[in-house]
Amino acid sequence: MPLLETQKMTKDFYKLRAVNQLDFHVEKGEIVAVIGPNGSGKSTFFNCITHIYSATAGRVFYQGRDVTGLPADKIIRQGIGRTFQLIQLFLEMTVFENMLLSVQEHRGSLLSRLFTKDDSEDIERAHEILEFLHISHLKDELAGNLSYGQQKLLDFGMVLMPRPELVLLDEPTSGVEMEMRERLMDHIRELNKQGQTFVVIEHNMDVVMNLCERIVVLDYGEKIAEGRPEEIQTNQRVIDAYFGVEE
Amino acid sequence: MKRWLFWGVVIAILCALPRFLGDYTLYVVSLTYVYTIVAIGLNLTLGYANQVSLCHASFFGIGAYTMALLLAQGWSFWLILPLSGIFGGLFGAVVGFPALKWKDHYLALITIAVNIITFFVMVQESWLTGGPTGVSGISRPSIGSLSFASDFNYYYLLLVFCILAILASIWIVNSKWGRAFRAIGLNELAARGHGISSFNYKLLAFAVGAFFAGVGGGLFAPLLRYIAPDAFTFFISLEFLIMIVIGGMGRIEGPIIGAIIVVMGPEVLRMAEAAYLIVYSLMLILVMLFMREGLVIVLDRLRKAIPARVGSRE
Repeated sequence: MPLLETQKMTKDFYKLRAVNQLDFHVEKGEIVAVIGPNGSGKSTFFNCITHIYSATAGRVFYQGRDVTGLPADKIIRQGIGRTFQLIQLFLEMTVFENMLLSVQEHRGSLLSRLFTKDDSEDIERAHEILEFLHISHLKDELAGNLSYGQQKLLDFGMVLMPRPELVLLDEPTSGVEMEMRERLMDHIRELNKQGQTFVVIEHNMDVVMNLCERIVVLDYGEKIAEGRPEEIQTNQRVIDAYFGVEE
Repeated sequence: MKRWLFWGVVIAILCALPRFLGDYTLYVVSLTYVYTIVAIGLNLTLGYANQVSLCHASFFGIGAYTMALLLAQGWSFWLILPLSGIFGGLFGAVVGFPALKWKDHYLALITIAVNIITFFVMVQESWLTGGPTGVSGISRPSIGSLSFASDFNYYYLLLVFCILAILASIWIVNSKWGRAFRAIGLNELAARGHGISSFNYKLLAFAVGAFFAGVGGGLFAPLLRYIAPDAFTFFISLEFLIMIVIGGMGRIEGPIIGAIIVVMGPEVLRMAEAAYLIVYSLMLILVMLFMREGLVIVLDRLRKAIPARVGSRE
């Protein structure tokens, strides 16, 4: 049973079909890349999986359960973490508050959240992750005062906070400097070894080819190829989609 | 320690105050306490969770009518007061539903409409509400032999509830609810992306904000001993809005400062006679032009300046 599966996922924006009949699956423990030219529907696809957008048609299964149409926050709480293409932080809150917010809804009842303080375990974990990302000295700084690269790291750290089983990353390394990019990739590999599953939208081919075992290529919302990195590199349809077809 | 001392002195002054006040001034200060409680509620809904409510006077009114009508049925004040809050809160949760889909000026218009509807219900359903003339002869409570019937004694009851409301708001703001309210208010997409339910917290922000307003209403009715729909119009909602904007949205001190300015300001300026509304309005404009964050920043600056001068403190 795949960890995540979509069946005939379709999303129309008025007359534009952004995602077309997409069948997709991730097995537990995989690192899968979703690539494709700009506007090929990658981010829309993520947004349909997590119900930020309502899909026009198709179904989403997580751990075998049909989660189509559940509210976004509920899907996230099932154990799916995600980042957005444009970084989404709480800019007027501190880095540390951002970290704690990303985990507070994953346990306990609504009423208990009025009366309980943050778990010491969560606080410790937030410290550890910030430490690892080299931004722990910024923990009391407002997230809005961070540089783009630092915000990107914070965003990544927040997704890891609740230990999601499946992580959807939308361009995790864009705008992150080389050294940190290597660290992020190493970290993703490490977490993957511990059993976490990743789906990554990425433009950087070094990252894609080095990190991922399987690649899914989208063009105009359709899956045009799927396979191991070396297969994709030589696939004619993929080359045509990226570079155009010679007349 | 110093902080506790400071607040002890403030409360002592407020306790001693009635001895030095005339009847009317005592009433104005009492009214300030009531409005502070309502403004605290609006500050949670709008200041923290960023959900526009221009119908807080409706919630306030529901609390006040609950108190007036059930007192007339012989119920105990102490039983009705929580009910005033709960009825206000339940109605607030219902009003919160449009907020799931609309925000900002659309939500503002919807809530204005709600306020207009509740006003007309109060005016027209006279079998229940007494119509335009409202309900009179509202009694004040007592505990055992301690009666709050006099203006003097009722002042203290309001002071206690005002302090309780402030403490409750501090609790809520510092809880995970408060953090989730701010998260929803700052970036709803990010909130949902981290599992924070906008459904739950938007409705809660309305319900909690309306609960405070309902309790405020429940205390308001016995203060005046008489209520009529005029006290719960959309313009009163605007006054609550002005309070938190002038005082400082999303700050604990904001609604307190705002209620003082909005309730007492016109009274103080009454010396200026006909010109007082002009002076008052000009003052509001100046605050908005030069102190966007509200008058609370004056406090912030004082706080920064005083320890520096005293030197060693903290």
